[in-house]
Amino acid sequence: MAVAHAPAAGTDAIIETRGLRKAFGSLVAVDDLDLRVPRGEVFGLLGSNGSGKTTTIRMLCGLLEPTAGTARVAGLDVVREPEAVRRRIGYMSQKFGLYDDLTVLENLRFYAGLYGLRGAALEARVAEQLAELGLGERAGQLTGTLSGGWKQRIALACATSHRPALLFLDEPTAGVDPASRQRFWEHIAALAAAGTSVLVTTHYMDEAARCQRLVLLARGRLIADGTPAAILAQFGEPTLEAVFIRLQREAGAA
Amino acid sequence: MSLRTWLAGSPFWPMLRKEFIQMRRDRLTLALMVGVPAIQLLLFGFAIQTEVRHLPTIVLDEARTSESRALVAALENTDDFRITGYVASRDELRRRIVRGDAQAAVVIPPDFATDLARNRSAAAQVIVDAADPMASSSAMQGAAQAGIARAQAILRARGAPPLPLEVSVRPWFNPTLRSATYIVPGIIGVLLSMTMVIITSIAVVRERERGTLEQLIVTPITRASLMLGKIVPFIIVGYVQITVVLVLGKLVFDVPLRGSLPFLYAVSLPFIVASLGIGLILSTFVATQSQAMQLGFLFLLPNILLSGFMFPRQAMPALAQWLGAALPLTYFLELLRGILLKDAGAADLWRPTVALVAFAVALVTAATLKFHKSLD
Repeated sequence: MAVAHAPAAGTDAIIETRGLRKAFGSLVAVDDLDLRVPRGEVFGLLGSNGSGKTTTIRMLCGLLEPTAGTARVAGLDVVREPEAVRRRIGYMSQKFGLYDDLTVLENLRFYAGLYGLRGAALEARVAEQLAELGLGERAGQLTGTLSGGWKQRIALACATSHRPALLFLDEPTAGVDPASRQRFWEHIAALAAAGTSVLVTTHYMDEAARCQRLVLLARGRLIADGTPAAILAQFGEPTLEAVFIRLQREAGAA
Repeated sequence: MSLRTWLAGSPFWPMLRKEFIQMRRDRLTLALMVGVPAIQLLLFGFAIQTEVRHLPTIVLDEARTSESRALVAALENTDDFRITGYVASRDELRRRIVRGDAQAAVVIPPDFATDLARNRSAAAQVIVDAADPMASSSAMQGAAQAGIARAQAILRARGAPPLPLEVSVRPWFNPTLRSATYIVPGIIGVLLSMTMVIITSIAVVRERERGTLEQLIVTPITRASLMLGKIVPFIIVGYVQITVVLVLGKLVFDVPLRGSLPFLYAVSLPFIVASLGIGLILSTFVATQSQAMQLGFLFLLPNILLSGFMFPRQAMPALAQWLGAALPLTYFLELLRGILLKDAGAADLWRPTVALVAFAVALVTAATLKFHKSLD
């Protein structure tokens, strides 16, 4: 199983970084990171707070400029062609990025419009998304009045209105109830099955187990990577949680 | 791709639409944007009265003659003095001025009438509490004028020829020297600097605080579309504010609207845009809405003090004049007063107009360059 997903060298990586580094003053948030994410997978980026997950995602989306190294997303250099990269990716952060003072419909229309949809094409896409969300008559409700679970799914819809090839999810399920998390992951699985590549950061180990491939970060460095099964076999631990805690401790002692 | 399809597909339109929806929904802010001009106009218009009339005045009349009473009456007729009482001695006079009961005093010596009768020059004295120069300046002028008027009346009564020289002063554009006439056009400028700078910086910082700016940056929206979408709705707010102040200024303070209103509205555009540019630049320095507010007010202070809004720039030291010349408000005030009070047109006011357009272009360019589409 692990072998089937082993990356073939060449062009079918949706994300590829070489020596990626980000320093904020004297603090090195990401250090010499080589990352290769194959197209069409759900790829998990694991690590505790401050391990460099969010900084990595932000560099890949063009939100932060790398201090050193290169990053190619969907075959494009993120520093040289940021706008072209942005048309091909979707991004959802734990803050959701929705306007609380707009209705659900207005938020969906706004983001679809930013991605260049107009007129009938925009209305058709928004109608399709509303049907998927199953919001019904609540489409006209102010977004700020909805629960975290709803906001999360609306944010996902906004981030994917242009059907991006690659979707970045930065701790998408932080502060959301278990039933909503379950539903959210079903949605992600459906997107991946339809061919969307997904890069997700999380510190929930049950969510990590849903990824086809994982990278563990500690203090800005890559400390392990592989499929969940391969990582368990490599470290001889029964659960990802145990691997994570052990690696965390070793990285802290180093 | 033709220009038309490029324009229609620009992310500017959804951005603009979103800003209008949010503005419409934020009723309190909307009410403040219209209410604040009205309140400011009334506060400034009524509070800033630099000309002090009817100064409380006491009289020490040691002559007690009809001539001395005629001089006191002449002083009172200038409306600069209001006689509140009579005192019997120099000591009492001094005490009452020190206590603040009176701010001016008329002293007429015992031989005032006899000097007059003997064709000698009769002397009288007006003492003014000049600790507050603004409060006392018009009284000092009034006293000198009343003295000349009285002297002329006496000469006429004696059948003497008129004075060999007379200089008459004609105060153009504001003949009654009301400060409201001068202040109200200025309020338009100060108000716009305040609201335009503060609301734009807050509008941008709010997006940053809520995480929506981060979301916007990862979309293909360009910096220019983002900036324009933010500022266009506020340009409309600016015009509403100008109109509120003009209408209330006319109705409440009877401020003249002599010049061309279309010209006034036209030259307001570069000023509004320049102020919005400053707001956008400020927003890149601050992290929270309250910081934006504080920085906005910090910026407002030199505008009020150095632009010529309250204090004449000619009286300032060179450094202050240079600083004032670096503020868009200085030029906008020149335009506002020129158009509203003097009916000046584009031919008279091309210099400040060019200056404002230059400020608008430079500031918006600087804001767009300063605002990187990244979180660094």
